[in-house]
Amino acid sequence: MSAETLTSSEYIRHHLQNLTFGKLSDGSLGIARSAEQAKEMGFWAINLDTMFFSFVLGALFLFFFSRAAQKASAGVPNGLQNFVEWIIEFIDTSVRGSFTARNNMVAPLALTIFAWILLMNLMDLLPIDYLPLIAHAAGIPFLKIVPTTDPNATFGMSIGVFVLVVYYSIKMKGLGGFVGELTLQPFGKYGLPANIFLEGVNLIAKPISLALRLFGNMYAGEMIFILIALMGASWASVTFGSTLLFGSQIVLSLGWAIFHILIVTLQAFIFMTLTVVYLDMAHQEHH
Amino acid sequence: MNINATLLGQTIMFIMFVWFCMRFVWPPIMQVLTARKQVIADGLAAGERGKHELELASRRATEGMHEAKQKAADVIALAEKRATQIIEEAKEHAKEEGDRLVAGAKAEIEQEVHRAKESLRQQVADLAIAGAEKILRREIDAKVHAELLASIKSEL
Repeated sequence: MSAETLTSSEYIRHHLQNLTFGKLSDGSLGIARSAEQAKEMGFWAINLDTMFFSFVLGALFLFFFSRAAQKASAGVPNGLQNFVEWIIEFIDTSVRGSFTARNNMVAPLALTIFAWILLMNLMDLLPIDYLPLIAHAAGIPFLKIVPTTDPNATFGMSIGVFVLVVYYSIKMKGLGGFVGELTLQPFGKYGLPANIFLEGVNLIAKPISLALRLFGNMYAGEMIFILIALMGASWASVTFGSTLLFGSQIVLSLGWAIFHILIVTLQAFIFMTLTVVYLDMAHQEHH
Repeated sequence: MNINATLLGQTIMFIMFVWFCMRFVWPPIMQVLTARKQVIADGLAAGERGKHELELASRRATEGMHEAKQKAADVIALAEKRATQIIEEAKEHAKEEGDRLVAGAKAEIEQEVHRAKESLRQQVADLAIAGAEKILRREIDAKVHAELLASIKSEL
């Protein structure tokens, strides 16, 4: 990265800033040029990079899968169909393993979550500076290419899951059953305030933990990539120290990227499995 | 890293993606998987049935062979019996034929003997007559004593 214009902390901050579009302080609509400007936009602003990459990745996933679905036949499957069937059977098996009620929505939901998060997480493995550098040349000041390092994306999904959990809890147990579950456990009706507190925390913790776990893992992973990238950025001239740092960057980013493949897949799988488990709990009377 | 309207956008996008997946991706592929499972199950069942049928057919073939063998044995036994019978009959025939031949031969011999006797008798009579003629050259006229000679001939 261009060490001649940025200090290390500027470099890090630059990498952690989304491309935010909203109302600027002078009243016009536009893209925030700094983190302060983005903050001033308040809630009604939108992270263009997060939206763009998550949409492209989700559309990519659905494009290939629906293409395979259209061409699918019960005969000998070709390459793409084979791959898609493999993923779908994997999802189907894990959903069957942890979801006991009958609901046609859960398995496609799990598939979407898994594939989408996996693709978004995999963006982390692209060299950290390439796309922002190209974007910078095109006049785009910030670009975060990993949507899951934006809490908006992870909370967006977990809120969707939370709505479904509440919806199915009420649908399966009735409004009374859902409220009863919140207020009458675990201490009976005389411990009502404590029950509401405990069960409320229990309920709210689901989407928050879901979103923060994914965000935290990906954010930390991204941070380490940035820090590793800084080693090479300190290149000054052909000295022993510079060369050592440069070499270390190559070795470390390779090692971290290989390890990160595990985290990427694991986090996608955990998000999916927990969603299925939460929905399963929503479908069951648990006392 | 602020929470902003991206949150809503992401939620809407998420719902759209899930809806699309639920509508256009999952059901057709699940259907294909189920159909393939059915095809495989059918194939296996057909194989099993074929195997069973083969077993039945081989059992039937064994039975048929056994029956054929039995029949062949019966036929052979019958043929042997018939052959014995034929031989017996032939023997009988031969014996009868032999007897007949023997009887014929005997009759012929008898006839021959008879004829020989006749001719002997004739010769003896002739000889006697010749002797008598020689003896009684003059006294005896063959014509006159023909009756007497004939009686003598018949007595011989």
